[in-house]
Amino acid sequence: MTTTSAPAIEVRGLRKTYGPVVAVDHVDLTVAEGEIFGVLGPNGSGKSTTVECIAGLRLPDAGTVRILGLDPVADRDAVKRSVGVQLQSAGLQPKLRVREALDLFASFYDDPRDPLELATRLGLGERLDHPWRKLSGGQQQRLAIALALVGRPRVALLDELSTGLDPRSRRDVWELIEEVRAEGTTILLVTHLMEEAQHLCDRIALVERGRILVVDTPDGLIGRTAAPLVMSFVPGGTLDHAALNDLGGVSDVMERGGRLQVACDDRAVLVVLDWLRDHGVRPEHLRITESSLDEAYLDLITADDAADDTTGATDKESIR
Amino acid sequence: MSTATSPAVAMLRTEGRLMLREPGAMFWIVFFPTILLCVLGAIPSFREVSDDLGGVRVIDLYVPIVVLLSAIMASLQSMPAVISGYRENLVLRRYATTPARPTQILMAQWVIHGAGILAGSILAVTVGRLVFDVSLPGSPIAYLGIFVLAVLANLSTGGLISGLAPSTKASAAIGTVVFFPTMFTAGVWVPVTVLPGLLGDVIALTPNGAAALALDEAAAGRMPDMLHVLVLLAWTVGLGALAARYFRWE
Repeated sequence: MTTTSAPAIEVRGLRKTYGPVVAVDHVDLTVAEGEIFGVLGPNGSGKSTTVECIAGLRLPDAGTVRILGLDPVADRDAVKRSVGVQLQSAGLQPKLRVREALDLFASFYDDPRDPLELATRLGLGERLDHPWRKLSGGQQQRLAIALALVGRPRVALLDELSTGLDPRSRRDVWELIEEVRAEGTTILLVTHLMEEAQHLCDRIALVERGRILVVDTPDGLIGRTAAPLVMSFVPGGTLDHAALNDLGGVSDVMERGGRLQVACDDRAVLVVLDWLRDHGVRPEHLRITESSLDEAYLDLITADDAADDTTGATDKESIR
Repeated sequence: MSTATSPAVAMLRTEGRLMLREPGAMFWIVFFPTILLCVLGAIPSFREVSDDLGGVRVIDLYVPIVVLLSAIMASLQSMPAVISGYRENLVLRRYATTPARPTQILMAQWVIHGAGILAGSILAVTVGRLVFDVSLPGSPIAYLGIFVLAVLANLSTGGLISGLAPSTKASAAIGTVVFFPTMFTAGVWVPVTVLPGLLGDVIALTPNGAAALALDEAAAGRMPDMLHVLVLLAWTVGLGALAARYFRWE
């Protein structure tokens, strides 16, 4: 059981369909013990279904899932004791109060966290006597996180971790997640917030239409984009955008609010600066920033869409 | 294993506490049947021995009827709404991810509604005895046995409704539609014993009709007619199986 080398979560060839819809299509995932692993992707890309299969709530059509070396369906009871789950949508009894919910869930586990401390950490200290139905969306969300973590799970599956939270509570949640990980909990989180993925995750899986496009570190993902840098400046003279765009390593030139934004790779930076000097244009207020995970994400998703559209077209041709 | 209370017990305690926060449900299950008994008992002729009823008073017949009324209120009006709501609001789903089992919530609902019916029934029998001089059941064991079967048959009907209804609203609507005929068969308008001919025979074949007749006999200190007991038993087993068959988590 306690082989430290075994991955906390191992998914092989997972497939799940709902009627004609393929929600998850041959997904492979390995999450190491103590890792914070993010699953990122557009709505309807199969993220939640994947989590529900890992949690044992859904039976996969094909493939295997192991969590802490256990089969989440066959070893249901053992899995439920050591895995905490926050589902994207799940309710509570409308009149159940925050304190009662935390105490009830804590009573399910052998060595629970202090429910009061957890509530305070998540900003629910003032809301202990409020019933579930009177909580705001953000408060319900924070309670759901607390309920998933109260049992000191060895693995936490968190679907849409901070959706609906204000920036302040989001920071609180992130801090808590990092602390929980420091105590040894492995975390798999689903998010569509790039900032969250970049801040928390050791590795990220980009998911689209039920398939994993890529698994990498946040930095690695940004590095994969064609243009990991953005040069932004106010041109001190007129210049030919098209010619600038033709320079090697420049992938996009865009004017926005009087500033020129040049998306490019590392080696193009000096090339662009030389070119500007040769053309007598001073790049005023020059700033060079790393392109965000946002852009990397859109880049990869768009590339996948384009590839798919081409295949789609070929299919049509061949049908004809 | 854990030294803490078992999830089943914790769940029962929680559901019990939540039930006490529903004054409406508490009123209809625990108090309303006895209030109805008192209203009927206020009519002087209902307190007089009637030869048409074979030497008993109308009020004597109404104690078992309001006992069944409590069971019907709990089973058709209160419980299906709670269970459908838990399903619709994905409460069951949340518990499916914890060491507790969603079945424990459902069990807790049955136990708590059963306890509410028991409280309502004890109140009705006690008030009947103290205020209207209705004698306590002559065959208490038979009375209790029939009571338990009748409660289970009604709770199963409620479980079946929440299983078949697509939503909480539908479940409340179906519950109400079934509610009135069920009250009629229990004898809330006219005690089943005095129903004439074919109508009486047909109602004796319904779960609450058979239960009402069997409870009358047990109240009078006789062994209930085996036919009524078997009819009730068949309904309890059948409805229970159907409720289990059509139960849905989502």
